[in-house]
This record gives sequence, C-alpha cells and structure tokens, in this order.
Amino acid sequence: MAVSAKEVLSGDIQAAARLMRDLDDEIPSAHRTLKILYRHTGRASILGITGAPGAGKSTLVDCLTEHLRREGKSVGIVAIDPTSPFSGGAILGDRIRMQKHTLDDGVFIKSLATRGHLGGLSKSTIDIVNVMDAMGKDVVIIETVGVGQDEVEIVKVAHTNLVLVVPGMGDDIQALKAGILEIADIFVVNKSDREGADRTKLELETMVGMNTYREGEWEPPVMAAVAQTGAGVPELLSEVERHWKFISREENLLRYRREKARVELLEILKKKLIDKAVDDLSRNKVLDHLLRDIVNKTRDPYSIAEQVVDHRFDFPLEAEPGKGKGRRRGRT
Amino acid sequence: MASALAKKKREAKPGKGGRKIRVLVGKPGLDGHDRGAKIIARALRDAGFEVIYTGLHQTPEMIVNTAVQEDVDAIGLSILSGAHNHLFPKVVELLRKKKMGNVVVFGGGIIPDDDISGLRKKGVDRIFTPGTTLSEIVDYVNKRVRPRA
Repeated sequence: MAVSAKEVLSGDIQAAARLMRDLDDEIPSAHRTLKILYRHTGRASILGITGAPGAGKSTLVDCLTEHLRREGKSVGIVAIDPTSPFSGGAILGDRIRMQKHTLDDGVFIKSLATRGHLGGLSKSTIDIVNVMDAMGKDVVIIETVGVGQDEVEIVKVAHTNLVLVVPGMGDDIQALKAGILEIADIFVVNKSDREGADRTKLELETMVGMNTYREGEWEPPVMAAVAQTGAGVPELLSEVERHWKFISREENLLRYRREKARVELLEILKKKLIDKAVDDLSRNKVLDHLLRDIVNKTRDPYSIAEQVVDHRFDFPLEAEPGKGKGRRRGRT
Repeated sequence: MASALAKKKREAKPGKGGRKIRVLVGKPGLDGHDRGAKIIARALRDAGFEVIYTGLHQTPEMIVNTAVQEDVDAIGLSILSGAHNHLFPKVVELLRKKKMGNVVVFGGGIIPDDDISGLRKKGVDRIFTPGTTLSEIVDYVNKRVRPRA
C-alpha cells in the first residue's frame, strides 16, 4: 500500500521505513509521496563520511551519533554497502557497529545496497536522505560504501564531508592524488594510536598547506581520532559544528542550496531520461534490433544515442507479424 | 479506461531491479558463535538477497526494531545457547505487536527435535537443525518468502 506524506510527517516510523524501501525499489507511488515531502526538507544538517574499506567509518558514525544524542539531537543514518555484481545480493553489515542505538527512538538507521550504482552511494540515497530530513532528523549521516580514489558522489549530497584516512596506507605520493582527497571538508586520521599516524597527519597537512585558499574560504583541518575508544571525537565534532556555522553564513548557504538543487534536479533528470529512453527503445523490440545492428557494425552507438537525444528517432524496422505498428516508431 | 488500466499496471511494476527481498540475519541471546549465521548470510547474498546482518548479542526488541527500520520480509535467527524456546517466540510476538506478523521468521542452531513443533505452533515458520545444507535454506527462502505487501 502506498505510504502517504502525512503518515511520515506524523512520525510513523513504519511508514517512513516502507517509503524508503519503496524509493529504493523505485515504486512510482513513492515518488509521488516524496514530491509532497520535499517542501518539508532542508532543515537537517547532512554529514558525509567516506574512506577506504576498514578505515573505521561505521565505528566513527556510531561514536558521532552517541555524542550527537547526548546533545539532544535526533539522528538519521544511511549506511551503504556494495551489491555483489554477480548475484545481485548484498550483505549489509554496518549496523553491527551501531548496536547501541538500535533501541533509541531518536536514531533511525537505514542500510542500503549500491545495486550497481557507482560513486559510493546508492541511486536512492538522495531520496532517502530527503525522507529522513522531512521526518525531522536534526542530523543525517551518510556512510558511503568503502571507496577508493574516485568515488566522490557524496560531495554533492552532504553539507560536510569527512574523509577518513588510516596510517600506513602508502607513501606521500598518495596524498597528492586528486579525487577523494580533494572532497574533504575535514580530514580524519583514524586509528591514530597506530604507528605512522603522525606522519600521515603531517602529510595531509602538507598537502592542504599547498593549496591556496582565498579569504573567507574553508580550509580543511586534519583531525586525529580513535573511533574505537572515542578519543579525539569531541574535537572532531566541534570542527564539524564550526563547518556548519561556516556554511550557514548567508552567502555560503545560498551557494550550497543552489548547488544541491542543481545536483538533485540533474540526478533526477538523468534517471528519468534514461528510463524513458530505455522504455521507449524496449518497446517493439527496437532495442534488440539496434543492439544487433551495433554488433554487426551496421550502426554505431554514438549515432543512435545522438538520434535518441535529438528526437530524430527514426529507425527502419521490420514490421512485427500480426501487429500493425512497429515499422517506424518513436518519433516523439 | 484503457489508460487507467495501463497506469495501474505501471504502478504494480516495480523498478528495474524489481522488489528486492530483504532478509535480516540475527543472533539473539548470549552465545558468541556467529560463524553459522555469517555463512547463512553469505549464502543468501550469493542467492541474490539483500541481507542485513545485525551482529551478536541481540535482544528480541533490537531484532524487531531493526526489522522495522530496514523493512525486511524475513528474519533468520541463529542460536546455539539453548534459549530458543524463549527468544524465538518473543521475536514473533513483538513483530505481531508492530503489525508485522507477515514477516517470515525462521531459525536454526542446536535445537532439539522435541522443541520444533512447539516453536512452529508459536509462529516460527521453519527450524533448521545441524546437517542442513545451504541450498536447502536458500531454496526455502526462495519459495517461502515474498516481498511483503
């Protein structure tokens, strides 16, 4: 049964959970509900946590949540784990490290599988963050799938991005690389009780120091923490709050909101356009014919894509027996 | 009329991937032996399910709260401590209280044959005992579990 916006706004946990599932499963009625909920979003602070597998993301989320709860803030957590490219299944195990919040009504945890989406998030992440925001969560924490160097989609979704680094992950050249290291608002050297932590911290500080920051621009601090024990986490959280204050300045907030609106619109548009194109092409087996032509090298995928985008969709096809259509179709 | 029908048809059609079945695998109670549970989780993953693994030492309340937030279709409980007669029915009871009685609950572990019919009467759908093959469990989930309405 379709979930109404009213149920979610009234604090019905089960309805919210169902809506999130529907969004993840791309059930059309869920998007209708989200349209109504959208105007209730924009109040939550969104914190992104990213880093390599095993860097301690889940443990840090657990620790941050504990501190935020002590401050009386309600927390939503979106934790993403990878889908197996072979079976389509997934093991979502981020909750294992967040057990102490399972019975806390002020914390809602949703585990998501990537389902083939690249970039460190699931396709539904933005939607689900919006639901948590509309539910009235003060803070929404997004834990990305363990990422390498280029999965930086989180930067477009979160207000504040923490990048976790652990000591001993390679020489200082790694720190010069583009990608993940460029998206941090705050660096966290986790497991900083381990050997080499000081050096890792120094390398990151040197890297940050080589960038030039204009007046009024945010310069990412490098923080040390041990998420397992909680050491350094209060200091980290005060940097997070400093960053929230920074982006809450009028000029920054407006820029951020515009950027977020842009990303949201483009992401939705991308999804819809591709779905529509594939739907249209799949009708009357046009897609099959086109694929066959590409394999036979009688057509190329570049021209087909251009024709689809430009609405010059006019492929000669054999008429299907028994059907009066399908000879030429799709001119939209 | 025709368009209303088409619309209805579209509505029933899930997204590209379809409804993914979500299964919670949990370890209720105090025993610390989770090897079996992890192997089951892995087998279900390989069969294409999304498995939410809770970790050790879960109370029935924790398991049911997780089931609510994650909106799962089935719960597999693994227990080797002997407390199954108390913990399994408690999970079923709490689910019913949350109007989630249609979540399929199954279990496994060191469970004496004499206890099985009692557990089934209390709403545990199926009990797997030592010696069960992974494919039996996967087949069971495939046949028995449907996405909840």
